Amino acid sequence: MKTENQKAWFFVFPMLILVAFNALIPMMTVVNYSVQETFGDNVFFWQGLDWFQQLLRSERFHASLGRQFLFTGIILLIQIPLGVVIALAMPRQGFWVPVCLVLMALPMLIPWNVVGAMWNIFTLPDIGLVGYFLNTVLGIDYDMTQSPLAAWITIIVMDVWHWTSLVVLLAYAGLVSIPDAYYQAARIDGASSWSVFRFIQLPKMKQVLTIAILLRFMDSFNIYTEPFVLTGGGPGNSTTLLSIDLVKIALGQFDLGPAAAMSLIYFAITLLVSWLFYTLMTRNDAK
Amino acid sequence: MAKITLQNLRHSYTANPTEPSDYALKQIDVDWQDGGAYALLGPSGCGKSTLLNIISGLLIPSHGKILFDDRDVTTVPPDKRNIAQVFQFPVIYDTMTVYDNLAFPLRNRGVDEARVNKRVTEIAEMLEVTAMLENRASGLSPDVKQKISMGRGLVRDDVNVVMFDEPLTMIDPHLKWKLRSKLKELHQRVRATMIYVTHDQTEALTFADQVVVMQDGEVVQIGTPVDLFERPQHTFVGHFIGSPGMNVLKCELREGVPLLSGHPVALEGPINSGFGKFEIGIRPEFVTLATKGLPAVIRKVSDIGRHSVVEAMVGDQRIAAVIDGPVPGQGDAVHLAFNAAQTRLYRDGWIATTPAKAA
Amino acid sequence: MRKRSLIPIIYILFLMLPIYWLVAMSFKTTNEILSGFSLFPQTWTLENYRVIFTDPTWYWGYINSIIYVSLNTVISVLVALPAAYAFSRYRFLGDKQLFFWLLTNRMAPAAVFALPFFQLYSAVGLFDTHIAVALAHCLFNIPLAVWILEGFMGGVPKELDETAFVDGYSFPRFFGTIFLPNISAGVGVAAFFCFMFSWVELLLAKTLTAVEAKPIAATMTKTASSAGYELGLLAAAGTLTIIPGAIVIWFVRNYIAKGFALGRV
Repeated sequence: MKTENQKAWFFVFPMLILVAFNALIPMMTVVNYSVQETFGDNVFFWQGLDWFQQLLRSERFHASLGRQFLFTGIILLIQIPLGVVIALAMPRQGFWVPVCLVLMALPMLIPWNVVGAMWNIFTLPDIGLVGYFLNTVLGIDYDMTQSPLAAWITIIVMDVWHWTSLVVLLAYAGLVSIPDAYYQAARIDGASSWSVFRFIQLPKMKQVLTIAILLRFMDSFNIYTEPFVLTGGGPGNSTTLLSIDLVKIALGQFDLGPAAAMSLIYFAITLLVSWLFYTLMTRNDAK
Repeated sequence: MAKITLQNLRHSYTANPTEPSDYALKQIDVDWQDGGAYALLGPSGCGKSTLLNIISGLLIPSHGKILFDDRDVTTVPPDKRNIAQVFQFPVIYDTMTVYDNLAFPLRNRGVDEARVNKRVTEIAEMLEVTAMLENRASGLSPDVKQKISMGRGLVRDDVNVVMFDEPLTMIDPHLKWKLRSKLKELHQRVRATMIYVTHDQTEALTFADQVVVMQDGEVVQIGTPVDLFERPQHTFVGHFIGSPGMNVLKCELREGVPLLSGHPVALEGPINSGFGKFEIGIRPEFVTLATKGLPAVIRKVSDIGRHSVVEAMVGDQRIAAVIDGPVPGQGDAVHLAFNAAQTRLYRDGWIATTPAKAA
Repeated sequence: MRKRSLIPIIYILFLMLPIYWLVAMSFKTTNEILSGFSLFPQTWTLENYRVIFTDPTWYWGYINSIIYVSLNTVISVLVALPAAYAFSRYRFLGDKQLFFWLLTNRMAPAAVFALPFFQLYSAVGLFDTHIAVALAHCLFNIPLAVWILEGFMGGVPKELDETAFVDGYSFPRFFGTIFLPNISAGVGVAAFFCFMFSWVELLLAKTLTAVEAKPIAATMTKTASSAGYELGLLAAAGTLTIIPGAIVIWFVRNYIAKGFALGRV
């Protein structure tokens, strides 16, 4: 079906230039910094792998990496099943469908700092809707600037609010592609709703769910703005996730060497996971 | 096995139907005998899928009743009716093995594994899929998948009726006849009532003992394939069946004699009284060239191999004739003779003559 | 059936609640906000909005954002179209690796690129320009656009191309008059997602701008930290950022499902 044509590189060229400009040149500088030390004035000293060794032994790095994996893990555990459940419960046709889809997609269209600001206002202890409700009406002590647990719960609920719709929309798209005949046959075969889910719906959603998991893993692993605007990484550094820590070191402290080493390790992790998912997806397509 | 009775069945997909065109099924009264092989034949949109879904219970009719062996099942859900349905494209459970696919309907009903095993091996042997019982269902070709879909329908031994909704649509042409013969064979072994819905007359006529022809939401004729061919009750049946179909020619009735472009035409027998739009129906097989008779001009000659199909114009109407032997050329003026015993008069589409008693 | 639809309803209510709170707060005076809790604005005021619409530092924020988002959408889609065509129709040396590399760029952490971009764009003299942000966002938007477009192009049979060439169409003419109309839905979906991801992104947009091309997001964060707690103003600014997104999504609502159906967001 596809013809072999090396001239295709001409088509690809403009895209290649733009993306390479943005991807390769910065990465080269990062690699450069990761093996050198500077004290300013553009004078550099070779450091070899020192930054990497320091980083891998650094407790601060372990802590933020650990927090990041914890965050991503919880997010995936909540958003994927929740998204599927909501998609299963949605009507498959009718007037309400586009309305629902638009309303569900709305959180994803809000600038990320506004998301953080919104949840900030929402959860302020005495004057925010949720803050007031929890503290004054229910009498629970809730203050995200004081309690790490409250801060964690808030950033997680915020992300669930923000991105679950992505999973819903993807899962829904997978579901509506199932022809009616499958459901009819299942009715005739006397299948229970659990069987219908297990043998008809879930297999057909496998492809979209793989992509949903990939995207949610990546975007939550790379997250910066929303939690930063909401908690600033605090209280203390209890919600300092990996990106927040990196930006602190790079743009805040201008520690080029450590920042570069951290960037490379960060990037390596995302590359590894991308590669895993890519092979999984192309193997599915080939089947 | 059950006898199925459709009583006064009408169905509309709209909430408040007012006109006939709102109804997908206009008036159906049909009995399907126990163990028979039926074909439900008709063009797209004639209502056959609607009818099928009403019989299987996937659709509840807006009026009328459906009875299985005199039991009213109009509102009974599909899994309680003991029916099986095979769809246009193979519906199988990809993640299960062939064995599990065939076992699925039985296991859902709590049948014990020993019986499940017995039935599945029986059906697998009938379908010639025993070799692939342990294979996953996902990698198989469409015709095998369709066989497994059929198998799932037959594996339950309390099945009242098996319905096929255009099951060969997705199958390669050279495999179609294999599956058709397999279906016929299955019917003879299982002896369940089978209803085969199709728009393809070859499929219908080869599979069925009785064909139910539908058009526009109504049953137009029920009969054996031979009946349908030789004595179509409706111009639609005549035209739809046979290749080429029956000639349907507009005519006038003057003093009881039908005139085609002014020429009188002899009919098979007396005309039933009544008014309406009259048409003459005669199959191309029964139109011959003669020295005198209806004057016509040859428009086109097609050589089909064993015979030729000649298209002639009488006035502004086209008449097809099947001719063996030497054929005239295009543009020739000829005379056409009709075999009177096979010439019928139709009023508003319905047959209006009765055959004369043999003298 | 009825009981089941409770789930999406509750979910949507959950989604709308913080948005309601934001909008409600935008109509309150700062006094009212800070003095206690009120579910509904006691004294309605349009003062916050008045400030935004009359103060250049505020409204230029929106204009700047719209400028670079539009620039980025146009560039991304234009550049992605031929590339997607190549991936869709041709096999060439390194095509699978190139596609994977594109994917990794979509997945890259923006934090990794913050400092390098700052240095790169300053070095080429593009710091604090709209085009800088537009180009920077190309890092992840172009791969996304290529991915989406390639999916839609897969639905157009190759025979269409071949017929056009046999009929004597030149490639540009074929692409413009025959091919593009066939994938117009795909172009719409790709443009929508480019718009979306560029509009919402903050880190790179803030890092690469200072005054001239400062996006509304940056103006908001500056206000939040420096001017103290002008919550009403912030709320109004935030509410206004939701509107472009809502408008765009309403226009493409029928294509959203199709775009997600390709599973390529």
